[in-house]
Amino acid sequence: MNDYLIALLGGGLIGLASVILMASQGAVMGISGIVSRAISRPTSVTAWRLVFIAGVLAAPIVYSLFANNFIALEITENSVLLVIAGLFVGVGTVIGNGCTSGHGVCGLSRLSARSMVATITFMLTAVLTVAAVNYLSGVN
Amino acid sequence: MRLITIFISGLVFGIGIIVSGMVNPAKVIGFLDIFGAWDPSLAFVMIGAISVTMVGYKLVLKRDVSLFNLKFSLPTNTDLDRKLIIGAVLFGIGWGLVGVCPGPAVVGFLVAPKPLGLFLVSMLVSMALARRYMDRVR
Repeated sequence: MNDYLIALLGGGLIGLASVILMASQGAVMGISGIVSRAISRPTSVTAWRLVFIAGVLAAPIVYSLFANNFIALEITENSVLLVIAGLFVGVGTVIGNGCTSGHGVCGLSRLSARSMVATITFMLTAVLTVAAVNYLSGVN
Repeated sequence: MRLITIFISGLVFGIGIIVSGMVNPAKVIGFLDIFGAWDPSLAFVMIGAISVTMVGYKLVLKRDVSLFNLKFSLPTNTDLDRKLIIGAVLFGIGWGLVGVCPGPAVVGFLVAPKPLGLFLVSMLVSMALARRYMDRVR
């Protein structure tokens, strides 16, 4: 299947997951919010968040059982860069109240102006960051 | 039954992230690299996800409560404030640096535990600190 169709299909599954979560828990599928609230307030109210995270963690295992192509994952091994990126992502999602899934998928689907502004902002910033990293490392 | 449904939601989300290619940081960076060797395919992930969610939300939110009788909790904040922009800028920098955002980091954790573990621990610590700080300023 071609790249675009696969991307569309994968996106459809992400959308389906957000609909299932809204239909069952009545909650928006924002991964940064789910993760940060699961760790900061571990009460009975957060139990569903831990269950959701368990489902996400189980995905590569289930996928590997049924698909015969392996999961491609190319990532930098530069520890300093990984830690810095994690810091920025963590602080940014808490202050800005969401990430790619919450603002980018659920928020845009509800035509939320906040999510629109957040998504355009983080897309632009990420594009500029990639361009800057490439420039500094002499790729482009 | 509700928790099983939520587990399935997480599972479907994770499989969507794998199938779409979002799980692969190199592919994400290729998508963000519009001035270089741009790979636009991930835009179709957004198109797929948003169209399904848009239609699905419309149907689901017609009800008064969820299938398990829970109130729908939708964000009510509509302020386009400085926090939203600053947060999105910081998030964008982190996302662009290594091509990882929170969803794919959790999905890929068992596949590449070392780099994603470092990213996740750092992310969780900064989330906890930021949350504590935000609670104090509020």
